[in-house]
Amino acid sequence: MIEVRSLRKTFGPVVAVDDVSFSARDGEITGLLGPNGAGKTTTLRCLYTLMQPDSGSVTVDGIDAANDPLAVRRRLGVLPDARGLYKRLTARENIAYFGRLHGLDEATIRARSDAMIAALDMADIAPRRTEGFSQGQRVKTAIARALIHDPNNVILDEPTNGLDVMATRSMRQFLRRLKSEGRCVLFSSHIMQEVAALCDRIVVIARGRVVAAATPDALRAQTGAANLEDAFVQLIGSDEGLAA
Amino acid sequence: MNSFLVVFVKEVRENLRDRRTVLNTLLTGPLFAPFIFVLLINTVVTQELEKAEKPLPLPVVGAQYAPNLVAALKQQNVDIQPAPADAERAVREQDADVVLRIGADFATYWNKGEPAQVEIIYDASQRYASGQAGRLRALLDQYSERSGALRLLARGLSPKILKPLSFAERDQSTPQSRASQLFSMLPYFFILGGFVGGMALAIDTTSGERERQSLEPLLANPVPRWQILGGKLSATTAFALTSVLLSVLAFAVVGRFLPAGKIGMTLEIGPRFAAGAMLVMLPLTALLASLQTLVAAFAKSYREAQTYVSLLMFVPAIPSMMFSFVPIKTQAWMYAVPLLSQQVIITRLLRGDFVPVSGFALSIASTVAALALAYAAATLVYRSERLAISA
Repeated sequence: MIEVRSLRKTFGPVVAVDDVSFSARDGEITGLLGPNGAGKTTTLRCLYTLMQPDSGSVTVDGIDAANDPLAVRRRLGVLPDARGLYKRLTARENIAYFGRLHGLDEATIRARSDAMIAALDMADIAPRRTEGFSQGQRVKTAIARALIHDPNNVILDEPTNGLDVMATRSMRQFLRRLKSEGRCVLFSSHIMQEVAALCDRIVVIARGRVVAAATPDALRAQTGAANLEDAFVQLIGSDEGLAA
Repeated sequence: MNSFLVVFVKEVRENLRDRRTVLNTLLTGPLFAPFIFVLLINTVVTQELEKAEKPLPLPVVGAQYAPNLVAALKQQNVDIQPAPADAERAVREQDADVVLRIGADFATYWNKGEPAQVEIIYDASQRYASGQAGRLRALLDQYSERSGALRLLARGLSPKILKPLSFAERDQSTPQSRASQLFSMLPYFFILGGFVGGMALAIDTTSGERERQSLEPLLANPVPRWQILGGKLSATTAFALTSVLLSVLAFAVVGRFLPAGKIGMTLEIGPRFAAGAMLVMLPLTALLASLQTLVAAFAKSYREAQTYVSLLMFVPAIPSMMFSFVPIKTQAWMYAVPLLSQQVIITRLLRGDFVPVSGFALSIASTVAALALAYAAATLVYRSERLAISA
């Protein structure tokens, strides 16, 4: 369970996140939708405590991020926008490194790694050094290491960026699987169809503010638009930056 | 396992897999420096030996006016050569190091018992030539003194009356201390070894990791940043120290092939030197690794980091340069200055001079204090939000 209240973050004169509030529930997929530069990545960075908000609060499973950032990070699995791997380590070693940083013992790391490798269908690449991995193989490895500690909450920043059709499909299946395991899944995207296909709830962000937060059906009803695309364009105020 | 250790082990393991960098930092650097050093010393020593043993080549203008003088010079291992067309020009063009000119009226003055002039033509700005001119001057002095003594004896006087003062020189330099001038660059070679050893990792683990987009996921782990920084710093320090250790060992081995003994120099490069040098280099290497990490973390990009770290390399050269050009007396306060204290202690150890325990203690304490400052500064840089986000 992730709750965000009146989040605000500025960089000098630039207001990246103005006033963002929403919650992402367990057993649901919540989509953060908005055009490029709307403040999605900054919002997520505040969630996993890489950045400190100027004001507002973030709580994860009831823990305040400002008070105990380490505990919050322990409850989060994060796939940031930056997903670089250590190219001289194998995929399995990359995963194990994060497991050790979470303080897991070697037996748990082995068991969890095996489970993630099976779930992400990456047994063939696990013993290989990550240098020369394809975009899809890199994302799989980055997700496996992000979830090595079996977190209740999963945050993914544009997880399908750069993936081909097949990889995108399996990514969606994987997110549904996380949901069915009862986890709280929060991901950002600027691709409308993706959000529409996956999400139980949609939070639409534009210019650093939440302009709507509801189920896809409710959004359609709210705007009176016949399809989701028209609904989004209406909410955001322009169709600029919304990739179809 | 402690997160600090986890980061340390991972960085060391990852770097070890980069064979080319490991080879460069751990082998080429530490082995190359002592090799160059020995080469340098050999050249200097050979030159010294040549100066003393080789005949002095001497073009003489007007040799026919003073056959006795020329014959006397020949006996003193001087190689008399035909006169150049223009003596001054020959010296300026470095065709001759030194030229002797004897005037046509030499014999007239000599026979009258008056001072007969000869000219020594040389260029004092040429170090080697001015040494050769000194050799010639000494030979002429000897000849002059001997002839003067003979003239006095011919008049029934003792030559002693021309020597109211008798002096003897007692040179207090020991063979080690004569060698030390040559070796004052040595500490810099050790420092350079540590610098090269830590450089790749210092950049790679900071701005390199950021540029490869892996710093943000790393910082999303539930580990305080100072522990991550500590692990990275320790890995950098470990490689730098290995490099320094290899440098010291390589020097201890290669140093035995130095021809120092030929010119009456002995070097104290036994285990005592190696242990003492490593002891003072230990905190300094950690300090340099922190500074490298700090500078590299501060830089916006990998390239910028490389530029900064390379510039930083010149800082430790300053005391070594100072000492090799200007002889500076060791003073107590020098032990309290990082870099300078290592310079002083290693040079003194090499000369076989005494280094007080308080000197070691001051050097280590002051360097550790500077290390703590550098680490604190690096932590500050690491705590900033800007750090993780690649431009």
